[in-house]
Amino acid sequence: MAEQASERGRGAQSPHLGLRRINWSWLGTVPFFLFACAFLLLPSASLVIGSFQDNQGNFTLQNITDLSQPSIVNAYLLSMKVSGVTALLGTLVGGLLAWAMVLGRLPRFVRAFLIPFSGVASNFAGVPLAFAFIATLGRVGFVTVLLKDLGFNLYDKGFNLYSFWGLSATYLYFQIPLVVLILTPAFEALRPQWREAAESLGASGGYYWRSVALPILTPALLSTVVLLFGNAFGAYATAYALTGGSLNIVPIMIGAQIQGDILHNPNLGYALAFGMMLIMTFVLVLYSWLQRRSARWLQ
Amino acid sequence: MKKRPSLVAWLFIVLGTSYFLLPLIATFLFSLRAKKDTLGFTAYQRVFADSSFYATFRFSALMALLTIIASMLLLVPTVYWAYLRHPRLHRLIELVSLMPFVIPPIVLVFGLIKSYSRPPVILVQSRGLLIAGYMVLTLPYMYRAIDAGLRATNVKTLTEAAQSLGAGWPRIIWQVIVPNIRGALVNGAFLTFATVLGELTLAQYLAWPAFGPYLARISQNKAYEPAALTIISFALTWVIFGIVLLVNSKDQQQTQFGGTH
Repeated sequence: MAEQASERGRGAQSPHLGLRRINWSWLGTVPFFLFACAFLLLPSASLVIGSFQDNQGNFTLQNITDLSQPSIVNAYLLSMKVSGVTALLGTLVGGLLAWAMVLGRLPRFVRAFLIPFSGVASNFAGVPLAFAFIATLGRVGFVTVLLKDLGFNLYDKGFNLYSFWGLSATYLYFQIPLVVLILTPAFEALRPQWREAAESLGASGGYYWRSVALPILTPALLSTVVLLFGNAFGAYATAYALTGGSLNIVPIMIGAQIQGDILHNPNLGYALAFGMMLIMTFVLVLYSWLQRRSARWLQ
Repeated sequence: MKKRPSLVAWLFIVLGTSYFLLPLIATFLFSLRAKKDTLGFTAYQRVFADSSFYATFRFSALMALLTIIASMLLLVPTVYWAYLRHPRLHRLIELVSLMPFVIPPIVLVFGLIKSYSRPPVILVQSRGLLIAGYMVLTLPYMYRAIDAGLRATNVKTLTEAAQSLGAGWPRIIWQVIVPNIRGALVNGAFLTFATVLGELTLAQYLAWPAFGPYLARISQNKAYEPAALTIISFALTWVIFGIVLLVNSKDQQQTQFGGTH
């Protein structure tokens, strides 16, 4: 703000010079905006336009209405289910871990280990992550065999790594550490004075959490859920490597469409991608709104 | 009572840690069983004897380096310029740098193929398109790193000081601004490197012999080698983040994390 003001002030003093400088300063950012237009705007805009065209290039809404066919609706629902479940579970588990680490009065090495580990694990995804879970919970995986030796057959009980719960368990491996990284500062921002003030007024620990801490943390928790939802919704590599494309979530469907036009209509494929962009836009807008709200208290 | 570690807290940490360590232990044990009835490093030997392991790794590492260089050449002057002269453009640049969040890799590659596989501009067979895609993919992280670096630096004063000593723009950026945001640049560079190195989606659909597609192919065709490769990848990620943390603890900067899944 101060910069803006001084910039305007100087412009007013010497209008000629200011005018010339504005022309020049635009030029400085031209390469960036050209790049953004060519590789960000154009590809996404061409998908959006394509979803409103038929094969001859005429305007149509047919592709959008065709999104309501059962296989596509199911793919969106399954994608949302995986994203929603891993976002909620991830925030819950990650939040408890962050709470334990920050407020659990644990020795320092817990934190010294958990933070860098979370950084690594939140970036450990794709093919290696999928394989780690195959080696753990696959049909001949370590835990599966171990449980079988103890007389408990996971796969007879209906578990399958290459299905909804298997994929969710795998996604949680990068979702939970992300939560730990995001929520640690939030828990640290809870001032001890607030707790002391509540206690001196006679509040119990539970009352303090319900009436003071949780309301303050709520925007941060909600924005974490939203971020995780987006994080899982766009994930392709892990799902592809784990299920080989057999689990019908939207990114996998788009991949199959790129490879072999499984929908038998390229424009319907564009509409599929457009729907995904819409949902991600909604996620981003909601996220930044919640972020602004949580920044009010947690500085 | 205040000083006693909470038992519940311990319980959470132990449960959480075992969820994270179990897959790693399982994969490691699995990777040692390549030879029947004995534990050993046969799987690792096979991986390191495979020439396509090196070829694909080299390709991806090179793409990562080129992405880092191109990203920095594009972003450092732009963000610096916006800080110095165009606070309003700064908002717009920030908004653009958030856009990749809206476009997941699979949608991005779909759009790139649609836009650049037919005249007037055919780029799908060019490495340039892959690098441009990677620049888009890592734009949020690179932008945030550079932005944080510049915010912590007094851009205006430094520029005026350099100008009053007679330095030109290239010299100001290269010799004054860049050294001041070195920590931030290293942070962004390693995050980009980690993201690009194992990236699957773009490399696969633009048909490049990269490390990500190699990992995917091996894990479909072999049993023990992928386990060894998983352990190698995990160790590599640790090395990369170890360097980031080391650099940041020296520069007292906040580490940021992120990547594509």
